[in-house]
Amino acid sequence: MSLEILTYSFMHRALISGIAIAILCSVVGLFLVLRRYSLFGDAIAHSSFGGIALGLLVGIYPLWTAYGVSIVSALIITKLKDRYNISGDASIAVLLSSGIAIGLVIIGFSGGFTIDIFSFLFGSILLVSVDDTVLILSLTGIILIVILLLYRQILYSTFNEEQAKVSGIPVEKINYLIVFMAGITVVTSIQLVGVLLISALFVIPNVTAIMYGKGFKQTAIISMSFSVFSVVTGILISYVFDITPAGTIVLLSIGLLAGTMVIKSAGLLSKN
Amino acid sequence: MLKVVEINNLTVQYPDVKALDDVSFVINQGDFLGIIGPNGAGKSTLFDSMLGLNTKYKGTIKFFGKDIRKSKNYLKEIGYVPQKPIFEKNFPVTVNDVVRMGLRNESDENRIDEILQQLWIHELSNRRIGELSGGQQQRVFIAKALVNNPKILILDEPVTGIDQQSIELFYSILRELNSKQKITIIWSSHDLDAVNQLANHVACLNRTLFFHGESEKFFSDDKLVKQYSEASMQEHMHHH
Repeated sequence: MSLEILTYSFMHRALISGIAIAILCSVVGLFLVLRRYSLFGDAIAHSSFGGIALGLLVGIYPLWTAYGVSIVSALIITKLKDRYNISGDASIAVLLSSGIAIGLVIIGFSGGFTIDIFSFLFGSILLVSVDDTVLILSLTGIILIVILLLYRQILYSTFNEEQAKVSGIPVEKINYLIVFMAGITVVTSIQLVGVLLISALFVIPNVTAIMYGKGFKQTAIISMSFSVFSVVTGILISYVFDITPAGTIVLLSIGLLAGTMVIKSAGLLSKN
Repeated sequence: MLKVVEINNLTVQYPDVKALDDVSFVINQGDFLGIIGPNGAGKSTLFDSMLGLNTKYKGTIKFFGKDIRKSKNYLKEIGYVPQKPIFEKNFPVTVNDVVRMGLRNESDENRIDEILQQLWIHELSNRRIGELSGGQQQRVFIAKALVNNPKILILDEPVTGIDQQSIELFYSILRELNSKQKITIIWSSHDLDAVNQLANHVACLNRTLFFHGESEKFFSDDKLVKQYSEASMQEHMHHH
């Protein structure tokens, strides 16, 4: 691999944005996975597809409409679950298909699939602008600071809602905060892996890390490391071989998971 | 005597059943109250109402003289150990992490070590919670409940599915917390013998409260003990 690619400024932007998104997705995703909300990212991403199509139709920058739609959808999923007692997986399924359906209808009105739509479906990390990079870094920073400040409350209400309530933690507010942050994280990450593969970034590094880590912080750090490794290596490999970064990144993280499973079943991974 | 808990005319009506019917009693500071009653007697409903998890009740519940509907501040003075703490088995938290979750003043690092030592789980500090035995997990949850130095400890049938040796250790810990640290204990249990040995007050609940007073009075009254045993036996038969 030639080191020349590291001198291109688009590559700098791609790597910086990619690392930020990798860290953000693994941290937010860890809470979602532990809440048995693994497909939540998928549902939000699919519904944000409707938002992207809407943005393209009316001529607003599609990510802005996607942020709006995904945050509303995230809150709707939570409300459906609480108010109507629809199970988490069913409400996710409802929203997932509504988003795609709305998106498809809007795309029909606006004259069919274009290159823009494809870049949102499959990601376009090598095309991120300076503005995109600044936005990604700022949102990552804000969300990570919020999580650090409310770390105990978020962890406790993820671990056991009832006990957290008895300890005086405003569990319902924390739940809404988490889905709100997940909504923002999903749209922020669309540029890296696209709508279709988002949940891989949320779920796979965390499932892998849970097999290694003992404590929570250790698990989070391992997950972030795996995630950053997959993203950076994926971007570089895909550029060299001229293949899609999204697919490469996800396959690399699946490789890490598979490797971990092999190590574990060979008895080499002990938790004590 | 300082009244720490006052329950007046507490009634909880579920759609198909009256879970609690006009229950009133007072718990004084330093009491070790054993709440006994068959399955479905309303013990968990009583605790849920006291802890603010169930707010659909009639009557009043006061902690330290204040109605709990008006302020949730009283929760700061309570440590709660649920019947069987539910969590994902592979949830990546250590014993230390779990106890730390309960710690309100996060700078109070030494308190975690202190409470782990007091409950004989110090050497388990870096183990994942899901790998421990039922008895060890229970001590972790007691440690979490005690980490903020609560004035009241509430335990919901805390020995279900735990081995005998751990139960003995657990009882001696409870006795010490009550006698030496003067923590008021409210404890629901199926085990009449244990209540007889540990508690200084007994509340006998079967939707209504049919006895509340000193445990000596309850256990010296054969009629009451028989009545309780029959009620729980009926419930037992009903369940099979």
